[in-house]
Amino acid sequence: MIEQVAEPLEQAGITKVVLELDVNNHPGVMSHICNLFARRAFNVEGILCMPTPNTDRSRIWLLVFEDRRLEQMILQLEKLVDVLAVRRHGAEHEVFVRLEQFFH
Amino acid sequence: MKQMTGAQLIVRLLERQGVRTIAGIPGGAILPLYDALSGSDVIRHVLARHEQGAGFMAQGMARVSGRPEVCFASSGPGATNLVTAIADAMLDSIPMVAITGQVPLPMIGTDAFQEVDIYGITVPITKHNFLVRSATELLEVIPEAFRLAMSGRPGPVLVDVPKDVQNQLIEIETLPEPAEPDPAPVLDLAAIERAAEMINAAERPVLYLGGGVIHSGASQQAVTLAEQASLPTTMTLMGLGALPLDHPLSIGMLGMHAARYTNFVLEEADLLICVGARFDDRAIGKAAQFCPNANIIHIDVDPSELHKIKTAHVAINGDVAKVLDALLPQVKVKLRDAWLAQVDGLRNRYPMEMPARDDPRSHYGLIHAVASALDDEAIITTDVGQHQMWVAQAYPFRRPRQWLTSGGLGTMGFGMPAAVGAALAAPERTVVCFSGDGSLLMNIQELATLAEEGLNVKIVLMNNNSLGLVYQQQNLFYGKRVFASKYRGAPNFLRIAEGFGIAAVDLDAAANPAETLAQALSAPGPCLIHASIDREQFVFPMVPPGAANTEMIGG
Repeated sequence: MIEQVAEPLEQAGITKVVLELDVNNHPGVMSHICNLFARRAFNVEGILCMPTPNTDRSRIWLLVFEDRRLEQMILQLEKLVDVLAVRRHGAEHEVFVRLEQFFH
Repeated sequence: MKQMTGAQLIVRLLERQGVRTIAGIPGGAILPLYDALSGSDVIRHVLARHEQGAGFMAQGMARVSGRPEVCFASSGPGATNLVTAIADAMLDSIPMVAITGQVPLPMIGTDAFQEVDIYGITVPITKHNFLVRSATELLEVIPEAFRLAMSGRPGPVLVDVPKDVQNQLIEIETLPEPAEPDPAPVLDLAAIERAAEMINAAERPVLYLGGGVIHSGASQQAVTLAEQASLPTTMTLMGLGALPLDHPLSIGMLGMHAARYTNFVLEEADLLICVGARFDDRAIGKAAQFCPNANIIHIDVDPSELHKIKTAHVAINGDVAKVLDALLPQVKVKLRDAWLAQVDGLRNRYPMEMPARDDPRSHYGLIHAVASALDDEAIITTDVGQHQMWVAQAYPFRRPRQWLTSGGLGTMGFGMPAAVGAALAAPERTVVCFSGDGSLLMNIQELATLAEEGLNVKIVLMNNNSLGLVYQQQNLFYGKRVFASKYRGAPNFLRIAEGFGIAAVDLDAAANPAETLAQALSAPGPCLIHASIDREQFVFPMVPPGAANTEMIGG
């Protein structure tokens, strides 16, 4: 029909946020999560995923910039069937800080 | 202990789930499933002529029954042809389970013949999807697919089943129970109490009903709420039928093609009670200027819809029928004479203009003539374009699930196969598909399915030999530079129908078109009713894209 007319896409802020996701560990889970961010034009700065030992779960850490859409992104993440929990941390969380030595 | 193949297991589970009709098209990778389906005594298969048609037939069934319905397609192009129908179901929250064949597991990732990653392709357009890796997994995946499709906000689920999984033999002790929907979210009683207080205190409240009211079966509660609190009530495109259009409190559809008074009433509101709607741009126009003076109560089963476009003063996550049940006893009976008089004043001053509504050779007149020849038991489907908006404006919808239209995705080609699905789900009803010449051609092949099934579907073709809404917008917004919107050729739709073995009548040639129309609608079986309409008639009023709803042109 008619072209979408909306406010210009908001520029990402500069404040970083770390998201911690508990997810089911089976094929396709990562693609559901990455696809969600990509199709909503929300950049992911960093991503880390490992199985949690002795369970059928994994934990995913995401580093993102905070903007007004982040609340909506978290609600959308919580709707994904394989996402069991989402926790939000500040940028001071050490998970990505300690990884930085591998990215020089 | 019973031994069966994965394909036989799928068919058993579908039977136990209550599935009675499946639309689809077979192909190499889904042949084991079709072989198993041929052994079912309870499931009827309807052979579509294009997988998109099969998808819309499943949707038509689901929009009428309210239950998840099923379509089948083979791998590769069969599966990709389903994509539009799946996306359409996603945007309109229609419960559907699509089952596709896939190349055998060892061949996945080898670019095998008719291999496509339909799992990857459908990630963004399904509630959830599965690539099944063993027959044992089917015991969980099939019930889970149905549970997800019908729980909370309904939607489509895709299950991709490799051919070797369909053929795999498994031993089964007991079959899983058929899936049930999840329990509704726990009621937020404090928020419901605050909402009741706001409704009781409001001076100029408006009730805004969306498709969620239909999905949740909450029409009765919505009508009671409107009457109890004397709430002028508007409906979205998806919500039409929730309140009878000729109910004294109905102010019709809101938004881009609303009557002028409807959008003006919303402008005056001091409280907006949004039930099962999502503040879509076609409904609210420029979000910042929508209901500028109103507090907002938003009730929705999907928590991510709350505060998404407009921040609500009270947001209630829950099944809208259950929330309204809890809300109603707290809402005071009010007459609101002053506010209703103000609404009537706006209605009289800025009414819905329907020129030539008594002339069945005009677009509004044709819609009225169809409505006069039918009762409320009939089901109305549409395609997408001008005819869709005219029907939405003019048809007197009086019950939920009377009206099936492609709202969110706006898919041309939806109407006729959806009508076939509706007729499969409700064979006792007359189903009328309003279509345009552009839309009808997009799934014209399903006339073959319609003829084969002999269903009671009447296609009312409003033919202006153009892509009317494109033509309208080029005239209004692109300096009258009409390009690629007028057809140079003009197919003879009467002969097309005849070629498919479907009766056809031409209202252009009828001496008394209303009578010819009524006869065609009352004769049993399929029929194409052709009527030329004037290309220069546009859908008015119209809110230009990006403008506020009060900035309407025309009408």
